[in-house]
Amino acid sequence: MWAYLSSPRFLRSILPAASLAVLLAAIFYIQPRTMSYFGLKLMLQYAVPIALATIAQMHIITVNDLDLSIGPFVGLTACIGATLLVSTPLLGLLALAACIGVYAGLGALVYWRNLPSIVVTLGMSFVWMGLSVLILPTPGGKAPVWIKAIMGYEFPFIPLPIIAATTIALVVHQGLMHSSYGAVLRGAGGNPKAIGRAGWSLLKSKMLMYALGGFFGVLSGLSLIGLTSAADAHIADRYTLYSIAGVILGGGEFVGGRVSPIGAVLGALTLTLTGSFLIFMKISPDWQIGAQGGILIIVLALRALIKRKEAMS
Amino acid sequence: MILKGPALERLFKKPWIWSYLGTLIVWLITVSFTKGQGAGDIITAALSFATFTVIVGLGQMFVITTGPGNIDLSIPANIALSGAVTMKIMDGTNDMLVVGFLVAMGCGLLVGIFNYSLIRILKIPPIIATLSSSFLVLSTAIAYGRGLKVKPPPFLADFTTEMVYGVPMLALVVIGLAFGLSVVLHRTLYGRSVLAIGQNMRAARLAGINVERIRFATYVLSGLLASLCGLALAGFSGGASLNMGEEYLLASIAVVVIGGTSVAGGRANVPGIWGASLFMFLLVTMLNTLGASGGVRLIMTGLIIIAVITAAGGEKQQH
Repeated sequence: MWAYLSSPRFLRSILPAASLAVLLAAIFYIQPRTMSYFGLKLMLQYAVPIALATIAQMHIITVNDLDLSIGPFVGLTACIGATLLVSTPLLGLLALAACIGVYAGLGALVYWRNLPSIVVTLGMSFVWMGLSVLILPTPGGKAPVWIKAIMGYEFPFIPLPIIAATTIALVVHQGLMHSSYGAVLRGAGGNPKAIGRAGWSLLKSKMLMYALGGFFGVLSGLSLIGLTSAADAHIADRYTLYSIAGVILGGGEFVGGRVSPIGAVLGALTLTLTGSFLIFMKISPDWQIGAQGGILIIVLALRALIKRKEAMS
Repeated sequence: MILKGPALERLFKKPWIWSYLGTLIVWLITVSFTKGQGAGDIITAALSFATFTVIVGLGQMFVITTGPGNIDLSIPANIALSGAVTMKIMDGTNDMLVVGFLVAMGCGLLVGIFNYSLIRILKIPPIIATLSSSFLVLSTAIAYGRGLKVKPPPFLADFTTEMVYGVPMLALVVIGLAFGLSVVLHRTLYGRSVLAIGQNMRAARLAGINVERIRFATYVLSGLLASLCGLALAGFSGGASLNMGEEYLLASIAVVVIGGTSVAGGRANVPGIWGASLFMFLLVTMLNTLGASGGVRLIMTGLIIIAVITAAGGEKQQH
């Protein structure tokens, strides 16, 4: 029993949940009133869009790439959601579908020309930002009523963000970790040569993973305006960093298709809670990103320790 | 002078030539649109603004050249921190000029050491290491520099805006810097080692190169150059602001790619950094002149970067 509990494999898998538990315990200790339906709901409000953006990033990371444009992309989908989707719903849906199509195209381009995804997505971040500014030059717009209704829905006993985060984690976990094609997709990141030799199309898997990234990016943008009611081109600029940090906190590796959807969602929750934690600690919000960076480094250090243990045994 | 066939062919084989051709074309379009008005002023402005991109681009180029996966994402945070710290120390007077400069370099040195330590000790990819450290650095800059409204010392302000026969003084200095780093890259043991590591890290190690020491020096170099950029930028724009580094994340990477440096590492190109920086600035100027809105400008900038990298193509990674 103890041998299992102290095995590197177990430690590694428990790390994301443990980081979240420690942070949550600290918050409950400092401010016991947060240990309630409304306390949790308030603190975790923005966990849904952040978790969705993190899941989007995770899909790209699975195939050994990195998306530095996810923040502006979420911003663009938020702008589309708050304008076109309200005025002409059909056109809005088409625009969102086209966004996902562009993502699939990016996957194809990166694969076809063997391009560094960092440069391509950095370029795209300008394109998304430009489109947002064209669609919504000044902050404003109005979120569709149905999205606001969904995001404002109150479940009995358990707040919506927790239910939503659990659902997202389980659905993606099922699809990516427990389906046979999911294994192929992860293999496309882990050992592309082997997957290619086995007759699977690497182009198709790259395109699909990018498209899924785009899809979850769209969901992130829509859920975001459900909370804020209005949009702005810069509404989600920080999401690029959040999403990468969330995947790492969740135990995702940068190469080799080693990712964890459940971990990624836990990582996103941890990041969301850092803000509240700092407020309760009466630390200036200036240090918020610093604290997030600090948590990131601590978790990475713990993981390095576990790895060292793994190498020794 | 008319170039003969083979000479012309050799010139077009240089990877940096395209960025200069692009610059020329974009400049010609702009000037023909304004009917020749301000043709010289545009070049002067381009030299002024491109200078800052060149400074950080050179650092990024050395980092990227050390091989696939190496990149420095902490440049914007580093610029913000160095700018804020030095402006506060110099406090608008010339008395603390030397101390301020040394402190700026100290910032760059620390950020570089911190970046490399994370990569080495935590064994994480440089992109994650430099991203995490940029969180901390930026936070420090925000906490330290909030509400900071200090004018740069007169000497620094004059130096960074001085013109010599229509050419910005700072641009001349940075041309010298680029030349110096070009010599470092091609003629010194350190520079040769950077190229060797980028081409094949294992072979470089087996050949007796201390790979880790070279990587360490490279991240420190990038940190130092980013701090230098922060200092110069604060002097040029009349004070430090916390978001003044933001645009240099994309810019530093873009000029490396457009300038003909191999993204896979092992091949660097110093003249291309200047060409690409001028191109990037003149591109925005051209779009402005043609009356493009902010949104269109952003879209065009992004698309051109993607077009250039697509045309240049990625390379098969060497093992």
